[in-house]
Amino acid sequence: MVLSHRLGEWAGHAPVLEEEVALANIALDLLGQARVLLSLVGDEDELAFLREERAFRNVQLVEQPNGDFAHTIARQLYFSTYQRLLYGRLSADGGHGDLTGLAAKAVKEVAYHQDHAEQWTLRLGDGTPESHERMQRACEALWRFTGELFQPVEGVDVDWRELESDWLASVSAVLERATLSLPEGPRNTAWSAGAGRQGVHTESFGRMLAEMQHLHRSHPGASW
Amino acid sequence: MTAVTTDSPEAYEAVFDAAVAADERIEPRDWMPDAYRATLVRQIAQHAHSEIIGMQPEANWITRAPSLRRKAILMAKVQDEAGHGLYLYSAAETLGTGRDELLDKLHTGRQKYSSIFNYPTLTWADVGAIGWLVDGAAITNQVPLCRCSYGPYARAMVRICKEESFHQRQGYEALLALSNGTPAQHAMAQDAVDRWWWPSLMMFGPPDDESAHSAQSMAWKIKRHSNDELRQRFVDICVPQAESLGLTLPDPDLRWNEERGHYDFGVIDWEEFRQVLKGNGPCNEQRITQRRRAHEEGAWVREAAAAYAAKHATNGTHSKTGTTGENGTTGENGEATA
Repeated sequence: MVLSHRLGEWAGHAPVLEEEVALANIALDLLGQARVLLSLVGDEDELAFLREERAFRNVQLVEQPNGDFAHTIARQLYFSTYQRLLYGRLSADGGHGDLTGLAAKAVKEVAYHQDHAEQWTLRLGDGTPESHERMQRACEALWRFTGELFQPVEGVDVDWRELESDWLASVSAVLERATLSLPEGPRNTAWSAGAGRQGVHTESFGRMLAEMQHLHRSHPGASW
Repeated sequence: MTAVTTDSPEAYEAVFDAAVAADERIEPRDWMPDAYRATLVRQIAQHAHSEIIGMQPEANWITRAPSLRRKAILMAKVQDEAGHGLYLYSAAETLGTGRDELLDKLHTGRQKYSSIFNYPTLTWADVGAIGWLVDGAAITNQVPLCRCSYGPYARAMVRICKEESFHQRQGYEALLALSNGTPAQHAMAQDAVDRWWWPSLMMFGPPDDESAHSAQSMAWKIKRHSNDELRQRFVDICVPQAESLGLTLPDPDLRWNEERGHYDFGVIDWEEFRQVLKGNGPCNEQRITQRRRAHEEGAWVREAAAAYAAKHATNGTHSKTGTTGENGTTGENGEATA
């Protein structure tokens, strides 16, 4: 839901018309997945619009501001690769109840998202000197939020270590093809490991929620 | 066309006129008068520009949509508008003008977009009002274009009208939810309708006696009905819809005229219309600045895509999603067949 919101901020600002369509398309897929997930737990709107920042459990990666197009693509590459691997596992082994159904549908969507992010990583990394530089910087800037993706989540029984090594292999291969170097910095900051999952977020997230929730909160009990 | 000799422009013209008279479609490879081509490029480009500028007032509310369902609907709508822009630029390209050139004309103010998008979306209800009134007016204008004499444009309109009708119903439904909601929501809906009603009527263009292109466009069957006819049709449709919404329209002169079988309505503020067209509307500057900025800030991305494509074209690697806008997309409506 959070990443979908971030992608929604691109509407009307994309570098080319085809990307208006693509980014909105990805945002819509993610929102659809979020609605299914939230509905498994409770009322989707109550959960989206009436929780405070500390009650949100999203990873910090997805709440990172869009930045330039390279930042958006790097964030998408890291997250879509993770989602594809995770949903692939969840849909394959079938033992996850409601999550299995969601994963089976979502894995097709996120495969497209990953392909889109990979294609752009290649184009930007192996495009012009400027785009190479921007893409390298974006990959590095977001690197420290990637460790959190593999903190075990309660109730999701997958081999997180194996997931992580598959993710690293996949991302490394794409970056290499894109003539980019794999960032060397830490994949977690000093106290951020698992932080998003525990409701500890980065500063820009509160502002994002303020904008997202304002109207809904201004009309308590209203239906739309 | 092979029967016509090249030294006889009159003969070409006669074939063209006969095709138009017989309600046949003119296709990209057919001969057409230069003025017909120029009019179509102007109109289709303006239509395409309106789709992409029109994303802005609605996208303004994506991040603030009050429920996840409404947010999804709005995102899908804005996405469709980008898609409509793509169809229309493709249709324009069949007339020999590239998308880059058209965008450049938009960015430098040499081509226009619909005046309606120079009004601001101040509340959530504006999103509903745009769906109901603005899309409603657009559909009234565009349904006859499905029978337009130029094939690629007519085919693009068939696809676009289907999606627009869907958006219009969603806009109406969003407004209905507000109108039937809390007093604050109802007031929000009424205020939005009050602000969007007159600008929507202006979408049909100047009155018939002041419309510069109308007569020729009708003769060429690009247009099928006059501005005032379409405007009247729209008012006649909207009045009962407003009643069932439980909202009023901001026009004291609006009343049923038994004799004409139509609603009479008040005088449009044509001075406001002229000011908005001249660039002095509330958001003209903002809209075009945002469009230009998106284009300029995206330049390095387009350059990267082009450089990548060039590098990989030589060694046979083909990027399967190479849609960088340099060549546009040739959708089914943009092809010279059918």
